Amino acid sequence: MTVPLDYYIILSAFLFVVGVIGVVISRNLIVMFMSVEIMLNAANLAMMAFSRYLKNMDGHVFVFLVMAVAAAEAAVGLAIIIAVFKNRETVNADALNLMKW
Amino acid sequence: MVITVRNPVGSVLYLILSLLAQSVLYVQLGGLFVAAFLVLVYGGAILVLFLFVIMLLNIRHSDMGPDNAPMIKSFAWIFGIVLLAETVWVAMSAKARLSLVAEDFGSVPEVARLLYGKFVFPFELTSILLLAAIIGAVIMAKRTLS
Repeated sequence: MTVPLDYYIILSAFLFVVGVIGVVISRNLIVMFMSVEIMLNAANLAMMAFSRYLKNMDGHVFVFLVMAVAAAEAAVGLAIIIAVFKNRETVNADALNLMKW
Repeated sequence: MVITVRNPVGSVLYLILSLLAQSVLYVQLGGLFVAAFLVLVYGGAILVLFLFVIMLLNIRHSDMGPDNAPMIKSFAWIFGIVLLAETVWVAMSAKARLSLVAEDFGSVPEVARLLYGKFVFPFELTSILLLAAIIGAVIMAKRTLS
């Protein structure tokens, strides 16, 4: 039994769009950050599906590397959020207008 | 659900649920190693880190103030729907079915052979990246900006 490739790609597109909408509508920095993680995972899912379709395992290695990058990004991002919270006592993205022109 | 729940802790829990579902999809696609890695690294490490930070910051709802302007929200939904339609349209143009693969496709030894063979340089770069991230995170967390 085989599943069409389209299903995976459509699910991946849906996840990516959920991530984009999350970044745009949420004002909590942590939730925005999690939306970025959703987008990364959507890309991973597409990569896995294509890797299966092409019968080439390079995609698995790429997913591995993307996850490592995501872990590094999460660590640094959360450190930045903690630093921001220490200084401004908020994680509201709208309250951070220091660099607003 | 991740983006609609107002409480960030609930948001993290829904994200864990979606990651578990995604790892099942990976098993379906034959990526046993990546599926296990997803659960361990994402579910086990990154999301615990998120949860930890949320608990540490102790954010109250009142701190977040009122919601975004409805204009931005509706814009986001319209933009999202257009993007979704576009990507689905592109995906539909490929009429491909997944075929059966070899027994050991995506197993740990096979992925490891690639990782330490063909992709050994990116793999080593990853370790440097993680080291840089560790140092950066510690510096960011320790320094107090004036």
